[in-house]
Amino acid sequence: MLHALVAAAEEGTTKNPLIPELYDIFWSAVCFVILLALFWRFVLPKMQTMLEERSAAIEGNIAKADEAQRQAEAALEQYTAQLAEARQEAGRIRESAREDGKQIVTEARSQAMLEAARVTASAQAQIEAERQAALVSLRSDVGTLAIDLAGNVIGETLADDAKATAIVDRFLAELEASEKATK
Amino acid sequence: MNLLVQTSTDDGTFHGPSIMEFFPDIVLFEGTGFDINRIMLIRLLAVLALVIVFWLGTRNMKIVPGKFQSLIEMALDFVRVNIAEDLLGKVDGKRFLPLLTTMFFMIFTMNFTGIIPGLNIAGTSVIGVPLVLAAISYVTFIYAGIKKSPGKFFKNSLFPTGVPWPVYIIVTPIEFISTFIIRPVTLTLRLLMNMVVGHLLLVLFFAATQFFVFTLGGWFIAMGAVTFAFGFAFTLFEILVALLQAYVFTLLTAVYIQLAVAEEH
Repeated sequence: MLHALVAAAEEGTTKNPLIPELYDIFWSAVCFVILLALFWRFVLPKMQTMLEERSAAIEGNIAKADEAQRQAEAALEQYTAQLAEARQEAGRIRESAREDGKQIVTEARSQAMLEAARVTASAQAQIEAERQAALVSLRSDVGTLAIDLAGNVIGETLADDAKATAIVDRFLAELEASEKATK
Repeated sequence: MNLLVQTSTDDGTFHGPSIMEFFPDIVLFEGTGFDINRIMLIRLLAVLALVIVFWLGTRNMKIVPGKFQSLIEMALDFVRVNIAEDLLGKVDGKRFLPLLTTMFFMIFTMNFTGIIPGLNIAGTSVIGVPLVLAAISYVTFIYAGIKKSPGKFFKNSLFPTGVPWPVYIIVTPIEFISTFIIRPVTLTLRLLMNMVVGHLLLVLFFAATQFFVFTLGGWFIAMGAVTFAFGFAFTLFEILVALLQAYVFTLLTAVYIQLAVAEEH
């Protein structure tokens, strides 16, 4: 500064840099007004609008994300419910199948038992019938045989004699009774 | 108007930079009060550059910013968040944001012309811009205080609380001088002198380089290399100063407004 002032003094013309020229003030003010207008009326409103839009967009996106989250949670819940229901259903089906199976087995068993009983009964009935038949046939055969034999022994025919028949019958009854007693 | 040519003369002696650096010849409207010289043209050029950059940068702002828009937003947010909202809060910050933004970018750009090759002088290195801006800052903080509450503003400014009344005899004149006289003067001079001295230093270093290398020659070329290195370093330093002075001026304006609208000190 000192050097500058000295140099200026040497040149003969000098000015005090602290005393403003009118034009200096004028053009400074013009520059300020232009820039103030630029920032106040154009730049800062644009910036403000953009910032508001940006925060709105961010909030919008957050809301959208919340919505998507909510939907996903609802869907998950629904799937879980469906899955649980399906499991229950499956359990129920398995249970009823088991019941059915058991029933079928029981039925089959009783059926089989009935069948067996029937078969046994019919077999016994047949055996009894055959025994009866054999008995009847045997009785008549034995009777005839015995009468013939006795006739042959005594020399006369006793076949149509009612008395002979009664004797034979009595004999056979006694025989049966003794058979029963020995059993 | 080449400074280097002006200071390296043919008579073999070194002429340092003079204060007349800041009062170049009038090129237009001489004597009308709207005279335009080289420095006024540089100021208008700075204004034009700001208008173009910010017009292009904010004409079509996107929600998802591109590179250029991010840069513009960063610059605007620096003033909005770090100065206006930090000191004045959201409401008052928004009220005074146009003023603070204008101040910051006007000062920064006009400071920066001091190191742009071909311009080589700061638009703020003549008293007009610092004085006008300091006056606006002064008017603004007084306006803000009076609008908020005239009584409280002058009471807080001149009669600080928590002081026994006889002390006011000393404190009140000091407070008056410091608030209503010192503030605008320091705002003006801090900016002006930083830019004046920055410019003179750069001229001195580069003029000396020119003198050593081309006028004296020989071994003095080594000296020229040293002065050139200093000039280069101070050019970088001037970038920092340009930003810092713009920040300080804007910040102090915000602080003055904040003090004026504060409830209590």
